[in-house]
Amino acid sequence: MTQGIPFNVPFLAVAALIGIAFYIILSQRNLIKLVMGLSILASGVNLFLVTLGYREGGVAPIYTHAPIERMVLPVPQALTLTSIVIAVATLALMLSLIIRIYRHTGSIDSEESRTMKG
Amino acid sequence: MDKLITHSPILIIAIPLLAAFLTLLIGRISEKARNVLVVVSLVFVEFLVIVLARDIYANGIHIYTLGASSPTLTIPEQYMVPVRIILQVDAMSIFMGIIAATVSLAAAIYSLSFMKEETGQDSFYTLLLLLVAGMLGMVFTGDLFNLFVFLEIAAISGAGLAAFRIRFADTAEGGFKYLVISSAAALVVLFSVGIFYAQYNLLNIAALAQVIQYTMLDKVALALLVIAFAMKLGSVPLHMWVPDTYAAAPASITAMLLVSSQICMYALFRTCFSLYGVTLNTATVGWIVIILGMLSMFVGATMAVLQTDVKRLIAYNCICESGYILLAVGVGLAVLGHPEALTTYGIAAMSGGIFHMINHALFEGLLFLAAGVLFYRAGTRNLNEMGGLAHNMKLTSILFLLGALASSGIPPFNGFASKLLIYESVYQFNPILAIIGIIVSIITLAVFVKAFFSAFTGQVLPKYKDVREAPKLMMLSMIILSIIIVFFGLFPGLIVDWLAHPAANALINQAEYINAVVGG
Amino acid sequence: MMSKIVRTMSNILILFVFVYGLYIIMHGHLTPGGGFQGGAIVASGVALLLVAFGSHNLHKSLKERHLSILESGGGLIFIGLAFGGLATIFFYNFLVGSPIFGHIPPSGPNPGDIWTGGVIPFMNLAVGLKVLAGFSAILLVMALASSRKEVEE
Repeated sequence: MTQGIPFNVPFLAVAALIGIAFYIILSQRNLIKLVMGLSILASGVNLFLVTLGYREGGVAPIYTHAPIERMVLPVPQALTLTSIVIAVATLALMLSLIIRIYRHTGSIDSEESRTMKG
Repeated sequence: MDKLITHSPILIIAIPLLAAFLTLLIGRISEKARNVLVVVSLVFVEFLVIVLARDIYANGIHIYTLGASSPTLTIPEQYMVPVRIILQVDAMSIFMGIIAATVSLAAAIYSLSFMKEETGQDSFYTLLLLLVAGMLGMVFTGDLFNLFVFLEIAAISGAGLAAFRIRFADTAEGGFKYLVISSAAALVVLFSVGIFYAQYNLLNIAALAQVIQYTMLDKVALALLVIAFAMKLGSVPLHMWVPDTYAAAPASITAMLLVSSQICMYALFRTCFSLYGVTLNTATVGWIVIILGMLSMFVGATMAVLQTDVKRLIAYNCICESGYILLAVGVGLAVLGHPEALTTYGIAAMSGGIFHMINHALFEGLLFLAAGVLFYRAGTRNLNEMGGLAHNMKLTSILFLLGALASSGIPPFNGFASKLLIYESVYQFNPILAIIGIIVSIITLAVFVKAFFSAFTGQVLPKYKDVREAPKLMMLSMIILSIIIVFFGLFPGLIVDWLAHPAANALINQAEYINAVVGG
Repeated sequence: MMSKIVRTMSNILILFVFVYGLYIIMHGHLTPGGGFQGGAIVASGVALLLVAFGSHNLHKSLKERHLSILESGGGLIFIGLAFGGLATIFFYNFLVGSPIFGHIPPSGPNPGDIWTGGVIPFMNLAVGLKVLAGFSAILLVMALASSRKEVEE
């Protein structure tokens, strides 16, 4: 399955995801879209971590009923899992804070809901 | 006692974690038991930190390998690189640990009285203990990914605490900004950790420092790490979140968020000095850190002049003071490759900067706690509405004045000693930087004179005729901090020789840092 | 509140989801999975109940106070097991060699033996409890906060 695509394609996808995410974070005013941008940034970094562990012809790094000996690196997969857990907790807290901002100021636009200036 | 010292690096991190989960259960049964649990666990952590500090200054770096058969077994047989998560505590780490433990204890005692009428206090103390565990974990770890995990723990707990009082309109916004900035910075740190793992297959800082070569990817990783930690510590030009978050959070939490930003500064120094060391282009990176420091000093001091909200004013002053620390340690980094300049003024500059870290945490903490008393009794943070509060709140006004004078660098308080050390050594590097530093210090004095006179002196306004003095627990925590400030101001030589100088030497001595993990 | 067919089927399906989630949690040391993944699966089952019954009806039987106790219990089990090996070192795997989960697995590809792992299956269970209680509480509270009755107040 991996014979067809050149090995650079996942890294190009990582660059595209991170670029799109930074564009969204810096330019969008809607708070929900800002949170979505952060989520896309997290996906990009997680994809980078999983991709850097790939070894040619390797299988998943699980010894239970493993078909062959050559395996991809398992440590980046553990790092990715931890990062996904942290991203979920951060996302839940950010969305709760957006609900609270909406209750107080009635808008989820980042310019209209500012209460502190200067 | 020896076993306690051997296991103390992990006990210092694990006891707040255990107390955090216990607080949720015990808080349902009795409030007093929960308050006692919080204070006892933080006092125990402070005791362990001081015991460990004495042992480190006597015996050198402490290593703790989690899960091995003995604490110092970093490389088992048949392995060639260190495995398992390794906690590595040297003099700089325990210095930041002392700051974190002391300010957290003062903040927790303050919160017992400040948050007395809020609902959901169980969650508040749980998050506070998690924030303490996150901060202490960040300074004690010797592993890059563990640094990322504890950075995120501290960020999420800090944001939850900053947005805790949901009945006000601006707290949710302050907490949200803090969380967005922290999340973006932590993801950039994770990207750099991925770059390091892809090249060298190692996550341990000491093991990486042994094999690192300054390739193009390493330069990219260094740039990303500097940007990420500069975002987190509130240096200009990425400082927009600092005034909003520090003003919206409860007063004790602001003091702890300040220590959390300083610990991110420690992480920046740890990567520049211990991870890269002399392999990087120290002149360039040193000047980048110096320029960040100069911008922070200048923008912080000038923006503080325009503020009417007392906590925003103190927050801009925080940005200014962290600029001093960046300037001093940046000078040390810039001369890292020249041994004679290092011994002449480099180590003195770094000692001054590190001494200023603890002074900054103490006097800014005291100022925030005093501003919190103003908010608790007078109900407002706006300087235009306050006036003549010194008639009723004598002790609070004296403590605020003490913090303000310490911040501007007036003898005999601790700010004077550290700033003098910084000016002397930076002047030998480049005279213009020292002169700008002195001018900024004068602007800081003017800002605080305005704030003090506007809030405390003058006619007593009729609505403030019967405000009372601060409650006893708040007084106790402020007096603890002020006693330490006066002590550090009267005996600065003692503190520099005992605390700051070993910490600066530990940062510069990369070979000893590597040998503790890999050599033994 | 959806139709009767959906509610009945979700009442039956939640059991299967729960069992599948526990299977993923308990076999974490042999197959892909573990604490977080299994806990997320059970929480998705709770999301199924939330969609089928509506947040106010679900709140009558499942309150976040009880979920909070379950979550703290999970956290305490994890830290308690970590402290348990403190005689040697923190996080020491003191159950290797003992009759409970104490077999030593052969190296290389092997058919998995569930009695291996030492402390790890218990830690998986603790993390799984914490994650399922935490996620379910988040889903429940956010659904309550943004339900139509709350917004109209």
